[in-house]
Amino acid sequence: MHELLSPDKGGKRLLLGNEAIIRGALEANVRFVAAYPGTPSSEIIDGFARLGDEAGVEVEYSVNEKVSMESACAAAISGVRSLCSMKHVGLNVAADAFMTLAYVGVKAGMVIVTADDPSLHSSQNEQDNRYYAKMAHVPMLEPATPQEAKDMVLAAYEISEKFRIPCLLRTTTRVNHCRGVVELGDLPSSGSVQGEFQRDPFNLVVVPMVGRKLRLQLLEKEEGLRELSEASPFNRLEGSGPWGIVTSGVSALYVQDAVKELGIQDKVTVLTLGMTYPVPEGLIGRFLQSVDRVFVVEELEPYLEEGVRNTAQKLGLGLPIAGKGPQGIPQAFELDSLKVKKALGHFFGVPVEAPAPLSAPEDLPARPPNLCPGCPHRATFYSIKKIFGEEAVYPTDIGCYTLGLLPPLQMADFLICMGSSVSTAGGFARVLDRPVVAFIGDSTFFHSGMTGLVNAVTHNRNILLVILDNGTTAMTGHQPHPGVSLTPAGRMEPKVDVEQVVRGCGVQRVTVVNPLHVKKTQAALEKIREEMKEGGVSVLISRSPCPLFERRMLGTKQRVVFQVTDACDLCRDCLSQLGCPAFVWERDPAGGECVRINESLCNGCAVCAQLCDAVKPKKL
Amino acid sequence: MTTEKRTDAGVRIFFTGVGGQGTLLATRLVGEAALIQGMNVTMSEIHGMAQRGGVVESSIVAGHIASPIIADGQADVLLAFEPLEAVRALVKCHAGTTAVVNTVPIVPFTVATGQGRYPDVQGVLETLQESLAKVVALDAVALAREAGNVRAANMVVVGAFAGLQVLPIEKPVWQESVRRLLPPKLHAVNERAFALGFDAGRAVA
Repeated sequence: MHELLSPDKGGKRLLLGNEAIIRGALEANVRFVAAYPGTPSSEIIDGFARLGDEAGVEVEYSVNEKVSMESACAAAISGVRSLCSMKHVGLNVAADAFMTLAYVGVKAGMVIVTADDPSLHSSQNEQDNRYYAKMAHVPMLEPATPQEAKDMVLAAYEISEKFRIPCLLRTTTRVNHCRGVVELGDLPSSGSVQGEFQRDPFNLVVVPMVGRKLRLQLLEKEEGLRELSEASPFNRLEGSGPWGIVTSGVSALYVQDAVKELGIQDKVTVLTLGMTYPVPEGLIGRFLQSVDRVFVVEELEPYLEEGVRNTAQKLGLGLPIAGKGPQGIPQAFELDSLKVKKALGHFFGVPVEAPAPLSAPEDLPARPPNLCPGCPHRATFYSIKKIFGEEAVYPTDIGCYTLGLLPPLQMADFLICMGSSVSTAGGFARVLDRPVVAFIGDSTFFHSGMTGLVNAVTHNRNILLVILDNGTTAMTGHQPHPGVSLTPAGRMEPKVDVEQVVRGCGVQRVTVVNPLHVKKTQAALEKIREEMKEGGVSVLISRSPCPLFERRMLGTKQRVVFQVTDACDLCRDCLSQLGCPAFVWERDPAGGECVRINESLCNGCAVCAQLCDAVKPKKL
Repeated sequence: MTTEKRTDAGVRIFFTGVGGQGTLLATRLVGEAALIQGMNVTMSEIHGMAQRGGVVESSIVAGHIASPIIADGQADVLLAFEPLEAVRALVKCHAGTTAVVNTVPIVPFTVATGQGRYPDVQGVLETLQESLAKVVALDAVALAREAGNVRAANMVVVGAFAGLQVLPIEKPVWQESVRRLLPPKLHAVNERAFALGFDAGRAVA
């Protein structure tokens, strides 16, 4: 039995925030889950994928976030409780569905998890998705701990069903990837994926006349949600001192520690908000009237601060309110208890004591993330750089291959979001007199590259799109996608073949190579470079499975490693051009310098041996 | 034993290592052991892009502390699985910090491509000894090899931390934690690695 299906009611487990969300949804009898993976949300869909069959839950790895939301809302409108989860920028992709789903609403409960990433640990921006709740008029809960995440998922289903509207659960990395003690609740004994649909076009088909009616209903629902927020157990006041603090989510934990360390427990009143849309204006008002100044502690934008100021203005209160600012709470990046302690100390005029941090020596070498040894992307980048060189512009996309940005490969010139490689390539090609070679991974191609490709074909843009087809969604942990051929059951025909899709998009010049065969790949690229002189779109599918994934799926053993022999002339091209992390530059026993391959890191891909005669295989 | 006094306020443990060293598993082992012992415990980790051969950092906060992460200067304990990362993490430490450090370097690729120089390991250890209250420096790879598998080096470091008895966790509890988190075929080798580390930590405690 999967550990998250344990019937041990009252038992305590050390769960990741994302596991607590799964458990909460299971306790709420969720039956339909859909998501596209994205850090820090991925473990939610991955966990469901592992237990779905056992638990009788339909689990869908969707092609993108918009699709996941639409898929899950169909279940909810048919009376089946559903969940979809995504990283913060995923909600941008799903925003079109989200904004109007708020109008149409749901029948069974639907929870949408948005996992924000303050400090951009694994993201391209750190947008604050709380504004989505406000923009869509959708209720929002913000947990601080794994236990609260589980409790809030259960509450979110109740709210969603009562008000027939999806409920947003807004987490941050430090909730998703925090492991804390969670007390298990009851699991429902049974449930069904089988739904029931009642035809109701004048409430479910959003043409303008329906939309107008639903818009008014949405505003009415919001009134009810405001009342709910006033009474929500997740919005609570603690203490009775004259110094007011407002906080929410993980920031509330930093406030707890900071207040204790400053020794101001008796002087503060802390308003902790767990339901942050709609904000409980009545509660905030009573709080404002009970304190003589207020400090707002929250990560990213001054979302709560705006709400508090708004309420103060309505009540005609002139007390000092602060939060974001140079001496206050930083707007960029995540908080910690020390940042909060300093800001609170400054605002309330309390001396701040903290142990002096030590400092590390300044000249330490960096250890950035890198493409793995044997990664086929490295071989693709190497060959393309050989043929297209410094002249070409290289728009890239989101996945492991974004790491091609780093030296020595440096094969990334532009990136804004999922799918931007191919669409921006079209724009670049029209305004620049340079070759344009765009990179996109297979999973990202299905996610949002196909429409850009159709666009490039339609407008006859002169680009080469390189689809880095490693047969999986590698970066986020090897999730499946429509083109996957390796499964735990062995090698299968892909459900959707990348090459057929590309041809179906109208691309005439399609080449497929295995990038680990360096000469053949470079010959194909030279031919493509010539063909590109005719104008129009070329596609190169560079196909070789992610070696980590292949070994995990097929259980194949590595047969060979490579060694640098005495024939090495120390040209260092292996280091300065290929950049495989298995290569080491060091002093040999005689005191000279040498290049060596770390055999425990070497993956046996043989790319280096095709570039240098001094590299020879060694059988394992 | 000073341990009980210390856990009244809480203990913050910062873990740092390189992708592939089992840093997160080690973190879970400490967290699980603290949970079994009945302590209030929270772990924080970073997944995703940061794991591709880069630095892996995680933390455990035990006792009456709410914040899941460790700010600069807040770590009471540093568990470093690699010496360069140990010295890089000094910013998380204060003068009273206790550290366990694996002395075997993993040279980052930036050094091979000439973008930096790996510091002298002896010098790194001296810096740590001078800056911190107590440092247990050990060749965790050699001890793991002695236990039967070099991959159990993470367990040696956890064992050394257990031996220091910063957290009031009893030895059978550690064993229970290993058994909960690892498949049965790995129990014996990991328990041996843990024991070797434990003795090294105990000697310094």
